[in-house]
Amino acid sequence: MGTVDNTPHFRRLALLWLIATLILTPIVIFVLGPGLPPGNGSMEAAGQTTDNIVLLALSVPVAMAVLITLAYEVWAFRERDPNGPVLDGPAITGNSSIQMWWLIITTSLVLFLAGFGSVRLLEDGSGGGQGPTPLTNPTGYKKALQVQVIAQQWQFTYRYPQYGGVESPKLVIPAHTLVEFHVTSLDVVHSFWAVQLAVKADANPGFDNVAYVNTQQPLTFNIHCAELCGVWHGYMFAEGKVVPKAAFTSWIANTQKTYGPATKSLPPYSKTYFPDPQGRGG
Amino acid sequence: MVKRSILALSAALLVCVAIAAYVVLYLTKVPDSARAAQTSAGTELYLATVPASEETDPHDSWVSYYQTNVHDTNWQHKTTYVLPAHSLIHVTVYQYDGDSGLRNPFISQATGTVGGTFQLNGKTTTAIDPDTASHIFAVPQLHLSVPLQGVDDDAKNQCGNAPCTLQNAHQTISFTFRTGARGLYRWQCFVPCAAGYIDGFGGPMQTVGYMDGFLKVV
Repeated sequence: MGTVDNTPHFRRLALLWLIATLILTPIVIFVLGPGLPPGNGSMEAAGQTTDNIVLLALSVPVAMAVLITLAYEVWAFRERDPNGPVLDGPAITGNSSIQMWWLIITTSLVLFLAGFGSVRLLEDGSGGGQGPTPLTNPTGYKKALQVQVIAQQWQFTYRYPQYGGVESPKLVIPAHTLVEFHVTSLDVVHSFWAVQLAVKADANPGFDNVAYVNTQQPLTFNIHCAELCGVWHGYMFAEGKVVPKAAFTSWIANTQKTYGPATKSLPPYSKTYFPDPQGRGG
Repeated sequence: MVKRSILALSAALLVCVAIAAYVVLYLTKVPDSARAAQTSAGTELYLATVPASEETDPHDSWVSYYQTNVHDTNWQHKTTYVLPAHSLIHVTVYQYDGDSGLRNPFISQATGTVGGTFQLNGKTTTAIDPDTASHIFAVPQLHLSVPLQGVDDDAKNQCGNAPCTLQNAHQTISFTFRTGARGLYRWQCFVPCAAGYIDGFGGPMQTVGYMDGFLKVV
């Protein structure tokens, strides 16, 4: 039977946790935070970056509690002298105060995050697909530039209904503009992900999935399919461009001219398409 | 006891070696490639599309691309083509298959070719009737897409399995495009032309070596 260890471990742990949290939280917010994805490519992207900073900042105290406790225990309760006395801690008798605060803190954290996430989503959809009848429409959505994203195995093409329904293999949109994406598919389930714009919307056949984005400064962004869709899913990527408004006007006029022959063959603009023929499918 | 331990260890080692060999073989297995021909006219790539692969192929009913030559002989069942970087490539496709139609009529127009046009049986054109498309040769990374018109249903002397000859009913499509930087570019057909598969997009459309492959730009 060894002697009882009366070292104030809990106080030490609390102090270490407090110091680590006070040092690391500002570093996460002010140093790491601005570099978190998806960046500032659009208002939605900037919003998601803020959300990521909030999540990461709130996870710092939790992570520190776990990691410091683990490190402290490895250090404090190591066997210092193999031939020395075996020490034991004080008997565990329960602590209603700790239990109460544990419940209060964890419940508050979870409820805050749930509320924060819901409010952010209800603001403007946060760049996510909202289905054919969006729950939240951003200000000025009736004047938004509409762009239809048409997915098929294995590429995206883009149709501009306000410009004669012209279709293009390239996605070009104007800067400082609200864009309303209508995402659909001609075959299987895909997902349209414009990474730096923070837009991600599933592309389902026969379904119109609406997502909004407020573009900011001109930039080149990456487009990926984010839903496993067949053998070339990994190659279903491209680049899109946000360009100045004058450059967009020029580009769309040129596109209407270039793809005039193909536009004549297109079906009238529709939110969804049910292609016929289905090829030689059995 | 020692004997049993050695046996167990040997068995474990054997399994590990087998797994490692499988992974290495899987990762290093690259489909056979064919080099484009260098002629006085530049780099020339001759391809053929057929309604069914050769009878010795494991999937002899699958539609497929082949590499061939100017005389439409010496057929090779390869869909990875080695091309020089930043160069003009003259492509000729001997198209022996019937039409399937396009799921997206937009790709009935050629894009990414020099001049935005292609030659269909010697006639310069930009687009075809979407319903008459048999196949597409497309390299999405280069925004290259050329529709290949199908052979008429009532055409005489149609080809069945590869290889075919120029005496068989066919369309000749040619175009020129410029390669980009060195790298591996995938190409594919966009027509739902896989007979017997859901929406015509299984089998040869989902298996590298038939209706898709790579351009190995070196």
